[in-house]
Order: sequence, then structure tokens, then C-alpha cells
Amino acid sequence: MTLPTHTPPRRRLLQRALALAGAAVLPAQAQGQAGETAPPTRAIPRSGEALPLVGLGSWITFNVGNDAAAREACADVMQAFFGAGGRLIDSSPMYGSSQSVIGHGLRRGDALARVFAADKVWVSPASRGPAQMEASRGLWGVPRFDLLQVHNLLAWQGHLPVLLETKAAGRVRYVGITTSEGRRHDEMEQIMRSQPLDFVQLTYSLRDRRAEQRLLPLAQERGIAVIANRPFEQGSLLRQLQGHPLPTWAGEWQCTSWAQLALKFVIAHPAVTCAIPATTRVDHVRENLGTARGPLPDAAMRRRAAAHVEGLA
Amino acid sequence: MSEWWTYRLDSFLMFSPRTYARLLEQANADLWPLQPLAVALGLAALALAWRARSPLQQRLVWLLLAAAWLWVAWAFLHQRFMAINWAAGHVAWVFGAQGLALAWLGGVRGRLGWRKPGGFDTDRPVQATPVPDVARALGALLVLTSLLAWPWLGRLSGGTWSQAQSFAVMPDPTALATLGFLLLAPRPPWWLFVVPVLACALGGALAWVLRTPLAWLAPALAAGALVCAWSCRQGPSAAAMP
Repeated sequence: MTLPTHTPPRRRLLQRALALAGAAVLPAQAQGQAGETAPPTRAIPRSGEALPLVGLGSWITFNVGNDAAAREACADVMQAFFGAGGRLIDSSPMYGSSQSVIGHGLRRGDALARVFAADKVWVSPASRGPAQMEASRGLWGVPRFDLLQVHNLLAWQGHLPVLLETKAAGRVRYVGITTSEGRRHDEMEQIMRSQPLDFVQLTYSLRDRRAEQRLLPLAQERGIAVIANRPFEQGSLLRQLQGHPLPTWAGEWQCTSWAQLALKFVIAHPAVTCAIPATTRVDHVRENLGTARGPLPDAAMRRRAAAHVEGLA
Repeated sequence: MSEWWTYRLDSFLMFSPRTYARLLEQANADLWPLQPLAVALGLAALALAWRARSPLQQRLVWLLLAAAWLWVAWAFLHQRFMAINWAAGHVAWVFGAQGLALAWLGGVRGRLGWRKPGGFDTDRPVQATPVPDVARALGALLVLTSLLAWPWLGRLSGGTWSQAQSFAVMPDPTALATLGFLLLAPRPPWWLFVVPVLACALGGALAWVLRTPLAWLAPALAAGALVCAWSCRQGPSAAAMP
């Protein structure tokens, strides 16, 4: 099931046709390993490719160094993620050993063909970018990245032209930029208006809704896919909410926990293509993928949820 | 880094407390039984520094300290900590530089010799400033704290023995011990204090974001050593001595 995005009708029809054609060519990618129903997806505006609404982040959680047991535990999380129908995994050279741990998990789970590999370039000056991207690709073990993003806009003026050339040469499929925790939204907006971006990544959560003001509407207007990072604010949002009872109306969304409510809030926004919660637990990654199923709140219900959480602060 | 004021200290923490604890456990397991051996050597060095006998013995003390810094730079910071914290690679270079400086000044040049009880170091007549008793006492206390008490701090903080931090294995107790030895020396160059003090500050900051009890202790001890060293330098100069 692909949820609608805000794009012109004719273009949407073409994107859906492409998505259906893609699904017909690769039926295995729409089915989980255990034969589960494929998770809900949303189309990448630029191409119409369907992407599961919930992906997997790797900040801190996958940075376990050379701890063999911890690396295997991360591979277990990835296996459960793919088994539940997940595709997009996001990482960065800034995340310590996360890239090599992801590579280990991909090889162990034989998931190199299933993953939507999203990574970042994070180096200055920009002349060092190609070498870093190639090193990152080696750590992942993928033939090419699906998405490369300029991490936290570092040296973006130099990196973005190189990424666009790389895309034109077919060595990456999508290009984007990232920020987090509400920083540099002005600059993000300028870049989104002036550059041919496929993706932006930004922080969006039940408590941090700054992206609603300009960036999310702009992404819809410009046909840019949105990856929402920190949907749980690295756990601090859930820690704040745990002491409060779940509101009764959460049952309308089939939510039985604050984590499910918080994640549904994010992925329900029509501009969001994929949210990337990070976790070290197999049960949590399955719950996150499962959260995308079932009803999602509409705009009015989302406003109600945001107001409710604001009242708890 | 634009909008730097929006960053918190924990914004720079790129690993979980559990991952760091396991790193300490694995490092201790890999390097055992270096920990008790290093403590024994550290106590022997303190005895030599306190008695301040031959210049050769004094040089050996500084060479031991230099070796400790170089070993921590390589075996902990570069080989282990850098796997989860890319900044540790840069810190390793700084630790290495400190080790080389101690080796050169103290071990090779003999410029960090201790005052002999009852007289001055005849190898260095220009460094005639005696070390005040309070500095010697605090320096010795700091060395003993870093050698004997520091490994117990993890246990007192709710950790396990396998996560204990020891002199010449982990950065914090190595830096603190060095500050103690520097307090025992007559007017060491002020810049030899910089890296140990910064190391203690960094260690305290890390402990704070990891929510470790007593995170303030290393920075506080380092600050105390700095104040003591500065106060001692305000004492009578060499020119005023008979």
C-alpha cells in the first residue's frame, strides 16, 4: 500500500505505474522473509519508487566497535528489520564503527540486494569527499549507495555538485542533504529552493515540530522526499512521556504505547517519506515496522496529539 | 560548526554507556596482568622520586611515566577507543607527544630532577628552588590516589572490577599520576601540565555525559594540582637562594 504524496495528478499516476511495474519485477522485495504482509510504503517523489515508511537509523546504536557479541546483536536487529519488510538503513562516517557493523549485518543476512543504502559524506574540504564516499561504500559492501547526503550541510557547496555528477554517472541513485535538532533550517530552505535535491533529512518528532513551519511544506512543494530522524529524540521523548498515561484516543490509531503513538505521528505527515528510529533491540525494530500498519492520524488528530504532549511538558 | 550554542555536551557522545563499559572490560581482559604490574612500577617510581637520590634513578622515573603515556596512546586510545570514537585518534597523538616530552626532558636531558633531601640537585645548580613540603605531600598523595584508589572508583560507582581504570592502561589515572609527579619536581615547565589537565577535563566530561558518579573528581584533582603548582611557582626564586 503506497500512501499519497502531494504531487500533480498526472505525475502521481506515472509514479504509481512505475511503482507497480517495479513491484511486478521484484516481487520478493515486497514480502518479508516470514511471508508477512509488506509494510506500508510511500513514494519517493522524484521517481515514484516505493519506500517503507519506517527505516532504521544507526547513530550510537550500531557504533559498537570491535565487540564481536555486540556486532552480532546488531546483525540480529538488521535481520529482524529486513524480515519485517524494512529497506532503508541510514548511516554516516561520523557514526564511528556503524558503517562496518552495517556491512557485517548485510553480509551475514545476505541482504545486500534488499537494502536501500543511505549514507552521508561528512568531510571538509569537499575535495576529500570522493575518497570518503568510496571508503564508506567499502565498509557497507554495497555496489553503490542508493542515497548519498551531505551530512549537516558540511561543505555542501563543494559536495553537492560532486554528488550530482555522481548521480548523473549512475554511481548513486539519489542525492540529499541533512540536518538535525532544528539546526540551520534557513540554510536548508535556501538549498531546497535552489538545488535539484531528491531527499532531505531532518528532525521531526511529536515534540520537535519545527520542520512543520517551512521545510516540510517546501519539500512537498518541490517534490523532495523527507527522511525524519530522531522520531524518539534518542529516547528522551519516550522517557518524558513514560510517566503519563496513554490518552484514550490513541486507541483510534491502534496504539498501545507512547512509542507507537510518537512514530505514527511522524509518518502520518504527508511530506514524510520515511522515519528512521534507531534501536538495539529486535523486539523494538519489529514493533517500529509494525507501527506503520493500521490507521494513521489525520491532520486534526495530529494537532490534537501535539497539543496533548505540549500540555504534559 | 554553526549554531554551536545549540549543542550540548552529550551531542558529541557517539556511543552508548553500555558500549563504553564493554570497551573497558575487553581492554582490561586483553591487557591483564599489566594493571598490577603498572601499579607496582608506579609505586616504585614514587619511592624513587620521594627519596630523590641519584640522577639516574630520577631519569628512570620519567622514562617510566613517558612509557605509560605512549602505551596508553597506542594500546587504549588508538587500538581500542578509536573504534567507537574517531576523536580518540587525535587524542592519541597528543598523548604520544606528552610521552615524548617527558622522555626527552626528564629521561634524556635530566631537566626534571628532584631536589635531594637536605641539599640541591648538583646536576642542575640553576634549578635551586626547593619544592615546598605541601607540594611534595600533595604530589605524593595524588600519585597514590591514581595508583591505588582510582581502580576502586568504578566499584564505588556501581561498576565492576572488569571496568576498573588503572595507571598506564587508561588515560585518567595516568594523567593524574603525572600531575602528582610534576608536583614533586622543582619548577617543571608549565606546559607539561597542560595535557594532563586537559586529559582530566576530557575524562570528567566523558564521565559526566555517561552519567558516571564522581565524574567531577578527576577535573577537581587536576585543578587542585594546577593551583598548587602555580602557588609554588610564586615562591622564592633561584636568585634569592643562598
